[in-house]
Amino acid sequence: MSSDNLVEIRDLNFTYDSRPILTGINMTIPRGKVVAVMGSSGCGKTTTLRLIGGQLKPTSGEVKVSGQVVHQLDADGLYGLRRRMGMLFQFGALFTDMSVFDNIAFQMREHTDLPETVIRDLVLMKLNAVGLRGAHDLMPAELSGGMARRVALARAVALDPMLIMYDEPFAGLDPISLSIIGELIRKLNDALGASSIVVTHDVQESLKIVDYVYFVSAGKIVAEGTAEDIKNSKVPYVHQFVWGEEDGPVPFHYPSRPYGEELMGRGAHHG
Amino acid sequence: MDNGLSRALGGLGRRVTSRVWRLGYASRFFLAILLNSATALRRVHLTIREIYFTGVLSLIIILVSGLFVGMVLGLQGYDTLQRYGSTEALGVLVSLSLVRELGPVVAALLFASRAGSAITAEIGMMKATEQLSAMEMMAVDPIARVVAPRFWGGVISMPLLAALFSAMGIFGGYLVGVQLIGVDEGSFWSQMQASVDFREDILNGVIKSFVFGIIVSWVAVFEGYDAEPTAEGVSGATTRTVVTSSLAILAADFILTAFMFTGT
Amino acid sequence: MSRTTLDLWVGFFVAVGLGALLFLALKVGNMASSSSGDTYAIQAKFDNIGGLKVRGAVKSAGVVVGRVAEIRFDPEAYLAVVTINVDTRYKFPRDTFATINTSGLLGEQYIGFEVGGDTEMLKAGDTIKKTQSAVVLEKLIGQFMFNKAAEDGGKK
Repeated sequence: MSSDNLVEIRDLNFTYDSRPILTGINMTIPRGKVVAVMGSSGCGKTTTLRLIGGQLKPTSGEVKVSGQVVHQLDADGLYGLRRRMGMLFQFGALFTDMSVFDNIAFQMREHTDLPETVIRDLVLMKLNAVGLRGAHDLMPAELSGGMARRVALARAVALDPMLIMYDEPFAGLDPISLSIIGELIRKLNDALGASSIVVTHDVQESLKIVDYVYFVSAGKIVAEGTAEDIKNSKVPYVHQFVWGEEDGPVPFHYPSRPYGEELMGRGAHHG
Repeated sequence: MDNGLSRALGGLGRRVTSRVWRLGYASRFFLAILLNSATALRRVHLTIREIYFTGVLSLIIILVSGLFVGMVLGLQGYDTLQRYGSTEALGVLVSLSLVRELGPVVAALLFASRAGSAITAEIGMMKATEQLSAMEMMAVDPIARVVAPRFWGGVISMPLLAALFSAMGIFGGYLVGVQLIGVDEGSFWSQMQASVDFREDILNGVIKSFVFGIIVSWVAVFEGYDAEPTAEGVSGATTRTVVTSSLAILAADFILTAFMFTGT
Repeated sequence: MSRTTLDLWVGFFVAVGLGALLFLALKVGNMASSSSGDTYAIQAKFDNIGGLKVRGAVKSAGVVVGRVAEIRFDPEAYLAVVTINVDTRYKFPRDTFATINTSGLLGEQYIGFEVGGDTEMLKAGDTIKKTQSAVVLEKLIGQFMFNKAAEDGGKK
């Protein structure tokens, strides 16, 4: 176990209501790298993030973040760990009753005793990093989708975390915002010396920025490698996913009875 | 054996156990609120903000309803009392019915539909949009930061609103009885003062409204926190808040009345 | 909404709410008058207390001077024992006469004090010797009818 890895996931299983969500997951997130977890919707990617953040407990196996087994931490230990994590939620999850400024200042006010003038400088720095310094007194409802995502990004890195997690950072964005966010993920990771996990199903955008990719399907890792490896992968599912083919191992049709039988055989079925 | 019967019994049993389970869950949640109230009380501004949203914004509806209820009591009470030739007891009738029952109960029912539903909807939406999750990931306990201030805001607002409702109602009864109908003003007030006891009547009314405040606030924050994180889930939870807390208010009122006013 | 306006509104709300409570306590209730002051307890025994209730008024010359604190039955003397809390501001002679009266024809019953001439005053724990029981309306009417019948019978 080298200390080069910030996050290590070993033999992780997670079942919810006796339905297996994740089975036998092994992952490592090296320090300073941006790692993507890809797969179609509902394959257990977000669950992985929640297990790393300690919001869920694994059924078996373990998640280690900077040497600590997450599910064995007590409440204080967990909160201590989370202060060094930042997370960008799927649709930003900005606090709707606070201004942009207060959203980013939230953690600083909750966790530090910094004077308000220092907080102000820090918030404006973070906002400047995402290019929205001018929007600091807007309310979240007044922001476009892309801007809200950038504010949420600034909030996620408010306390200079060691680990930044992104839950579908590209969902529902226009192409311009898409590449801005992609750029920011890479730049913030390198500027803060942090490590990042990007959970996404947006292949093209994320392959541009990540160092390593895990491919998850139905709760299992089906492929892993660098962006190049993934693009040239021979695994049928990965190939279909990366190139966006409509039929393949993930069938176009929902499982059903044969077409002919369904159209013609109603009498036979009832007979 | 009889398949339908056993299935019906099974369904009944499941419903009962799930209710009991939910009640237990709600009680644990209540305990969690109390244990995490330090933040809400230390950073008093969080609670003041919620008093604004629950108390100040309910002020108009409480005042107007109180006035009308008092005016109706004045009319009806006069109509009944004059048959026995004791219209000067109108003040007693209006004030006792308001201070003991109508003030706390009607104010709590209005509070549940005005403020309780708003609290549920707000917390439910925060859950549905992952704001509560985000807070947890920022190492801030949403029960301490979001739930407890709303709970205490409601608990503090409720007795004040009930007192305003009663005072406004008595004023309404005075307007109708004394100003409109012409009951003697002196006996209206003096009979009232002779019959309304501070401890027995007014303090018990305040205790009632305090209990109702706890009930409504508890139900509201619990339903919001426990809501399905979808739009339908939140709207369902909002409805449940109003229904559950209204029923709980009336049931608790019966129990409290039985203890408070039948001992003598 | 800025923090100061919000604080102002909440302050206003709390002040008005407390004002309403104060109004209820002073103007509607009787906190200002009798029940808040110090009292001393004396006892009185009655043959029949009629409809007298705990917390019923005790009046002298029409002014409320105390409240009924407790009513119980003395199983040896077969009498009702009423404990009265009298306001310490008022002193009454030892031979004060306690009667149970009714306000109006059907109103509430209260204890009336008719002051005697004794120079010694009642102290806490004393018992009033002279009492008159409640007038029971049914008895009164029954007596009247009986007398009337007897009168009519005598004439014949």
